Order: sequence, then C-alpha cells, then structure tokens
Amino acid sequence: MEQSYKKRARREKVMEYVFLAAACMSILCVALICVFLFANGLPAMGEIGVFKFLSGKRWKPGADIYGIFPMILGSIYVTAGALALGVPIALLTAIYLAFFCPKNLYRIVKPAVELLAGIPSVVYGFFGIVVLVPMVRALGEPWDGSGNSMLTASILLAIMILPTIIGVVEPALRAVPKSYYEGALALGATHERSVYTAVVPAASSGILAGIVLGIGRAMGETMAVIMVAGNQPRMPKGILQGVRTLTGNIVIEMGYAAGLHREALIATGVVLFVFILLINLSFSALKRRKKA
Amino acid sequence: MRRYRGHFGSFLLSLLTHLAALITVLVLGFLVAYILGRGIPNLRPEMFSLTYTSENQSMLPAILNTCTMTILSLLAAIPFGIGSAIYLVEYAKKGSRIVNLVRVTTETLSGIPSIVYGLFGMLFFSGKLHLGFSMLSGALTLAIMILPLIMRTTEEALLSVPDLYREGSFGLGAGRLRTVMCIVLPTAVPGILSGIILAIGRIVGETAALMYTSGTVAKVAGLFDSGSTLALHMYKQASEGLYTEQAYATSVILLLLVFIINFISGRIARQITKGR
Repeated sequence: MEQSYKKRARREKVMEYVFLAAACMSILCVALICVFLFANGLPAMGEIGVFKFLSGKRWKPGADIYGIFPMILGSIYVTAGALALGVPIALLTAIYLAFFCPKNLYRIVKPAVELLAGIPSVVYGFFGIVVLVPMVRALGEPWDGSGNSMLTASILLAIMILPTIIGVVEPALRAVPKSYYEGALALGATHERSVYTAVVPAASSGILAGIVLGIGRAMGETMAVIMVAGNQPRMPKGILQGVRTLTGNIVIEMGYAAGLHREALIATGVVLFVFILLINLSFSALKRRKKA
Repeated sequence: MRRYRGHFGSFLLSLLTHLAALITVLVLGFLVAYILGRGIPNLRPEMFSLTYTSENQSMLPAILNTCTMTILSLLAAIPFGIGSAIYLVEYAKKGSRIVNLVRVTTETLSGIPSIVYGLFGMLFFSGKLHLGFSMLSGALTLAIMILPLIMRTTEEALLSVPDLYREGSFGLGAGRLRTVMCIVLPTAVPGILSGIILAIGRIVGETAALMYTSGTVAKVAGLFDSGSTLALHMYKQASEGLYTEQAYATSVILLLLVFIINFISGRIARQITKGR
C-alpha cells in the first residue's frame, strides 16, 4: 500500500515536470528564433554600418551596396495604403455585424468573413495578378505604370486585413455593456446615433487593438505582396509605380544570395522582426489596458 | 424611411454601414466566384497523375506532400501544444512568473510573420541541424508556427470544462494526473480538435515559411527530400506566368480544401456550444 502510494506520488511529480517542459517550448522557440536571427543578421549590419544599412537609399548587391531604406519605406507605404482603404470598411462591417445585421443574414455573413480569413495568401496573390493588376493598369493608363504597383498591393492587403480587423473589433463591440446603448436610446437618440456615439467610443481600445493587429498582418505579408507589387528595389516614386517591401526583399533574393548579400537579407529579416515585435508589444499593451 | 425624418446624419451613418458590409461581402463573393468560375473549367484529370512534368503540371505530388507536411507538423506541435496548455490550466499557479513568460512568448510567436519563420527554419533546421531542403525541416518550422494556435485553443477548451468535473474526480480519490487524463482532457476534445483543424488550414495555405525550408521540388517527397506543397506549387505556377490555367485549377483545389476545413471546424465549434 505504502509502496504504491509512493509510486503514484512520484508519477504525479514526473508528469507535472513533463507538462512544464512542454510549456517551456514556446519560450525556447522564441529564444532560438531571436538568437539565430540576430547572430546571423547583426554581423552583416555591423559590417555594412548600421546607419548606412538602415538609411542607405541604394540596394545594389552586385556592387556590395546594401541600403534598405527604400524597402522600409515600401513596407510603410503599402501598409499605410492598406490601412487607409481597409480600416474604414472593416470597422463599419464589424459595426454592421454587431448591431445592424438581421439574425438570418448573420448566419451567412459571419462564416463568410471567417472564410475570408482562411484563404491562403497565394490565392489572394493570384487573384491580385489576374484581377487587380489589370484593373490598376487600366486605371493608371493616362499616367503610366504596369499595374504592378504600390496601389495594387495596398488594395490586395486591404482585402486581406478585413477579416483580421473584423474578427477583433466585433467581439470588442459586443463586449460593451448593453446599458450604454439603451441609455442613449432612452435619451432619444436614434439607433445609429446610439451605436456610433455611445457604444463605439466605449470599445475604442478593442478597435485600436484590431487595427494594430491589421498593421502587423499587412507588414508581415509576403507572397501576396510580391506577386503584385513590382518589387523594384528603388525609392518609392508614386502610387502607380512598383515598390519592394522588406518581406519581398528577403524572398526574392534569398534563392541565389551568398556571403554578405545573404547576411544582409537576414539582417533585413531582423529589421522586419523588430518592427513586428514593436507592433505586437503595443498590441498586448492595448489588450492589457482593455482588461484593466 | 420615415424614422429618419429629421435625422439626416443617422440616415447617412446607416447607409455607410450597410454599404461597407456590402463591399466586404461582394469582395469575398467576387473573389471566390471568380476563382471557381475560371478554375473549374481548367481542372483536368491528367493534373492528378503521379508524376510531374513541365508539360503536365500534375498537382498530385504536391497534394501528397501537403498531406505529409500536415501530418509531420501536427505530430511535432500537438504534444507540446496540448502539454503546455495542460500545464497552464491545470498545474500552474495563476500569475506565476513562468506562466507570464509563457504567455508573452506565445503572443510573440503568434505575431511573427511567416517569412521570419522561414528564415529561422532555413538557419536552424536546414543549416544548423543539417536537414537541408527537406520536408522535415519545413514541418518543424511550421510546427513552431502553429504551436501558439494549438496552445490557445486547447487552453480555452480546458478552461471551459466545469470545475465540478474536477472536484468530482478528486472526491472519488483520483490524483491530479488521472483527473486531467481521464476526465478533463476527454471532455475538452471537441475544442482541441477545432483548434487542430484551424492549424491544418494554416499549414495547407503556407508558402513563405516553406520556400527556403522544404524547397520547391515537384516530386512526391520522403522525410529528408525536398518537396513542394500545394500552396508553393501554386505560387510557382502563378508567378512564372506560364501556367495561368493550371494555377486557376490549383487554386480551386486550395479553395476547396479551405472550405472543407472551415466547414468542419465550424461544425465542431457549433457542436460544443450546443452541448452546453
């Protein structure tokens, strides 16, 4: 009896440590990712010169000139464009789903939006190639441009971040206590006015969190963007001209890069990684504030 | 219309809201309809032959590779994902330092873009561990990528098991391990399953993380060979510009896979809420 009790206690203890070890896996992964990216990327940054690498306006691997400023700008512009187009539509759709949508319709629209989130980025990219690129080319006919442009990438990314933002904002709107809405209604406001002036402001931190998540998604998206953005490694010249993003820079050249060139690409990944970390930190800070 | 008399602002807001929702639905509808409409006529039986040639862009090898990749990644990620969720929910003291650390790192992992995973996989699995371009290297990279997803859904599923079950089990003299394994975990299976299915969706659609880990060879691949999954196969077809018709066909298959995956996970999720 004594024996079996001891055995059981030991087994309990052992299994607890096994589960603990599993829990530490994510810590280990983040540590490994940081170590390997930084160890492989930072030396190149040092060799090129951190300032020259980050603010250099020319990217010419053939001549050993590595400046990723055009790509940083490219990523920021494309993301900003996607936000400008996508955020209003996403927010309004989330508000529609939470307060305007009839129940029967909701049962169709909601799964449809979730489906939009599950479509692989290559399929989006392909859609961009066959539909958006010709569209933008026709649109930009009077000026110039091949259709592979900043605008095309922004439109495509705007579509891709719709479900991301809606998925965060709609629950945030629903979490606002009903009394806010009812109070406004009782004061004589219309349905729309109650929703927009009482409920929406109360959900502002959730809305912000959704937008921040959208920024992260847009900035990190790779395949869909390189399929439509043109990818010229030069300073962005206009919305109908091609751009290259940080993500695109890595994927396009990694296949044949070697030596310092390869390390410079990994360093590009480090810059992207740091960008995303900053965005994520602000996202979790927002989430914490929402809870408090 | 009458209720908007004297409330022009409200009318405008209502109009805008409906318009935005309409745009969202139309964009989705158009995208799906366009791909299916142009793609289905391009589906041909010879696209499902076992060998790939540049004349016959068979996608069967890629489909088989996708299956291998899915199974391998899940095998690697599920034990850690479920184990760590069990630790967080059933064992750890709330607010302990290790729990906070696990939460922060999990959140970080779920926000890292897939290309960064790809770089890491290339440096660590393919480089440091000498796996080269191989299915194994790709699968391990994807396993890290889906780990936070499986962890979070399992955690939610475990949390939704009523404490009554645990107390009943303890009351009957079962230890903690037995309670977790025989009572809590079986009850949480549907929730865990829907998380795993979402993870399958991500694996099937992934490209950027696989390009420089599993490589792009269009052959049925073993564990240590390079092989492209369906999404990568499609990327190659679409970006080369020579195989647009075949790319349409491949995207139909990809979309169908996503539909099926979404449908099943939605079905399971609904089952859970119905059961409560």
